[in-house]
Amino acid sequence: MQRRTFLKGSLASSTVAVAMGAGLLSPRAVLAAWPKSAFTAKSVQDALTAIHGTAATTPSNDIKIKAPDIAENGAVVPVTVSTGISGITDIAIIVEKNSSPLAANFKLSSSSKGFVATRIKMGKTSNVIAVVKAGGKSYSARKDVKVTIGGCGG
Amino acid sequence: MAKSIRIRANAKGSVVTVKALLTHPMETGRRKNKKTGKKIPAHFIQEVNCTHNGKTVMTAEWGGAVSKNPYLSFKFGGGKPGDTVGIAWSDNLGKKDSVETKVK
Repeated sequence: MQRRTFLKGSLASSTVAVAMGAGLLSPRAVLAAWPKSAFTAKSVQDALTAIHGTAATTPSNDIKIKAPDIAENGAVVPVTVSTGISGITDIAIIVEKNSSPLAANFKLSSSSKGFVATRIKMGKTSNVIAVVKAGGKSYSARKDVKVTIGGCGG
Repeated sequence: MAKSIRIRANAKGSVVTVKALLTHPMETGRRKNKKTGKKIPAHFIQEVNCTHNGKTVMTAEWGGAVSKNPYLSFKFGGGKPGDTVGIAWSDNLGKKDSVETKVK
C-alpha cells in the first residue's frame, strides 16, 4: 500500500506524498483544492500532517468542544468548537476512531471568530478531537463521546 | 437545485452569527444498499465557501463524516445588518449551489 502510494506519487511528482516525504512543502501549498489525502488518511497523525502540516499539537484549555456525552445516534452528532485563541487559521474536527478520522476542517479568515458548529457521523464510541491552528501552531482539545448506534454504515 | 441551502445571519453588535442548513445526502461511499448489497457511491460536499460582502470569511472542507443534510454555524466580526452573506457548496460529483442573504 505504501509502496503503491509512493509510486503514484512519484509519477505525478507533485502529490502530497512526495511533498511530505521531502518534508519541505506544506501540503496546503501543493493542493489548492480539496485536500483528498487528509480526508482519506487512516490515522489521526496522517490526517493532521496532511491538513495542518504537522501532527504535533499542544493541549489547550482555551478550546471548548460542545458535544453530547452519549450520542444515541452516531449518524448525527452535533459538535460545536469554540476557542478564545487569537490568530486562528484553521479548526479541524477529528473523530479518533472513524475509519477516516478527519471529519471537517474550517479555514478561517482574520475576521472570523473562533467558533464553528456542525453535525458529524461517528462509527463508534471515540474521542472527538478539535485541533485549532493559530499562528502556525496547533492546539488541541478532546472529548469522549459514547455512541450507541454507529453512523458510518456498519 | 436552488433550494438546497437555508441560511440565516444575525448581527449582535458587530459579530454576525451565520447558521445554515444544507440539503445533501452526504454518502460516505462505505454504506451498502441493504437490498442489493452493493455499495452506495460516495456523494458528499467537499467544500463550503462563506462570504461576507463578497469576501471569503470561512471555507469549510468536509469529508464524508459530516452528517446528512449538514448543519453549519460560524461567527465573524465586522459585520452589520444589511450586509450580504453568501454560502456556496460544491460536492465530489461537481454539483454546486449557492445562496445569498442579508444580515438581520
